[in-house]
Amino acid sequence: MPSPMHATRAIASGPGDVPTSPIAPRELLARLEKVGKSFSNRVEALRSVDLEIRRGEFLSLLGPSGCGKSTILRLLAGLTNPSLGYINWLSTSHDLGFVFQEPTLMPWANVFDNVWLPLRLGGQSRKTARPKVEEALAKVGLSGFDCAYPRELSGGMKMRVSIARALVTRPALLLMDEPFAALDEITRTKLNDDLVALKCELDATVVFVTHSVFESVYLSDRIVVMAPRPGRVVAEVNVPAPRPRNEDYRLGHAYAELCRETSRALHSAMSAEPGQKRVG
Amino acid sequence: MSRDRAVRTILPTLAFVVALFLWEAIVRINDIPPVILPAPSLIAKTLVKDWGTLFRSLEVTLSITFEALIAATVGGALLALLFAQWRPLEYTFFPFTVILQVTPVVAIAPLLLVYLSPGTAVLVVAFLVAFFPILANTSLGLSSVDHNLLDLFQMYRASSWRQLLWLRIPAALPYFLGGLRIGGGLALIGAIVAEIAAGSAGQGAGLAFRIVESGYRLNIPRMFAALVLISITGVAIFLLTTSLSYFMLRRWHDSARSRDL
Repeated sequence: MPSPMHATRAIASGPGDVPTSPIAPRELLARLEKVGKSFSNRVEALRSVDLEIRRGEFLSLLGPSGCGKSTILRLLAGLTNPSLGYINWLSTSHDLGFVFQEPTLMPWANVFDNVWLPLRLGGQSRKTARPKVEEALAKVGLSGFDCAYPRELSGGMKMRVSIARALVTRPALLLMDEPFAALDEITRTKLNDDLVALKCELDATVVFVTHSVFESVYLSDRIVVMAPRPGRVVAEVNVPAPRPRNEDYRLGHAYAELCRETSRALHSAMSAEPGQKRVG
Repeated sequence: MSRDRAVRTILPTLAFVVALFLWEAIVRINDIPPVILPAPSLIAKTLVKDWGTLFRSLEVTLSITFEALIAATVGGALLALLFAQWRPLEYTFFPFTVILQVTPVVAIAPLLLVYLSPGTAVLVVAFLVAFFPILANTSLGLSSVDHNLLDLFQMYRASSWRQLLWLRIPAALPYFLGGLRIGGGLALIGAIVAEIAAGSAGQGAGLAFRIVESGYRLNIPRMFAALVLISITGVAIFLLTTSLSYFMLRRWHDSARSRDL
């Protein structure tokens, strides 16, 4: 299989190369095999997607809107089923956490009750759940906000509550669908920093959907670049930068180089030959 | 802030008092006979003098209005819940709800008076008028849930019962309360209109009957006194439903949000 990328450097290897990443090969968590998805309005959202999700990695799905990034998350979350192909789960338990683009909090419930929800649906009483809820809130830096209502919080804080709710069940797989897209640049940078720190602290696997090259390079171990109409995987970029990452990484040479590399991959994805038949 | 609030109380009160004063003055200066337009002072005197009769009528109208409103609230909300939990039921009864909703209920009143005793017919009309806004609003609320939240509940494998209890019902609450506010006003209107259609006298005579009766007897001051009582009842229902809505939603809903500008 020829590499779809124009240039391949040691620092970022295409999918066709022998893995040169310093990250040790990881155990597989799930594998999408020839997954296709068409909607009832005949839009082909995904075509023959092969994708491996490795345990403990931070994987970004990067691409323009309409490339089926979010559909992959919904498939992984079991909210919809593939029309073709299948998803192979290689681990017996795969608890999920999901963070949407909007905070998606229940406005009538305070912060504690919002974060408690997944545990409550799992049958845990308020008393049993309290330490876990408080721990999740502490992780996102919102200790002491238990009794606040969503409308009293800023956009960034609401998103933190949403992340705490996803983390409270200690999921093996955290799915994030452009969670910071609606936030301002400054808040987004801060939340990216916190997510990087959180990633080190947690043992979770993260699949993160974004359309920001910078965000994906800052956060990920591996970036899968997708192209639209129909949605498909066209390139893969490894991000071997060590963790923890911080402002030094963001300002460093390696980061700039990787951003350039990823932008190039995204650019060729945009101009890539669309599928034989145009849909949508 | 408190000065602003004082102005907000004083201005409307002042406007109301001035309006009453002008009314009184116009009647006295032009020497308008009470048969045509009674002065506010005469209406007040009539209200005191005829209190026994009027109060009994007020009780009748109030009890009809509130019985109808309670039945409409319980019935409307329960039916909306049933529809939300079991969609085929909604499709099945859809034509009936539409027909009953678009037919002016007042037009059914004479028919109901044939089938039912006057008291019951009045109650049924008031109920029907108040029922539909509550049913329609609650139904709309129960289906207007954030789709992402529904996905979240599905992901955590919530039963449909819990989804209803913890997601659909709280999300529908503002809509339901909006329906209740409309229904409260309509229950009174329904009761009055049905009473006029029924024209029932004697023990079961409500305020609307007193108005019709005063009209026949050209007892215009009493007609106005009955009108005043109806207005006060309407205002009371409005205040009651509005404050209920405010207290239930003030913690979270935008409708109860005070904006500091």
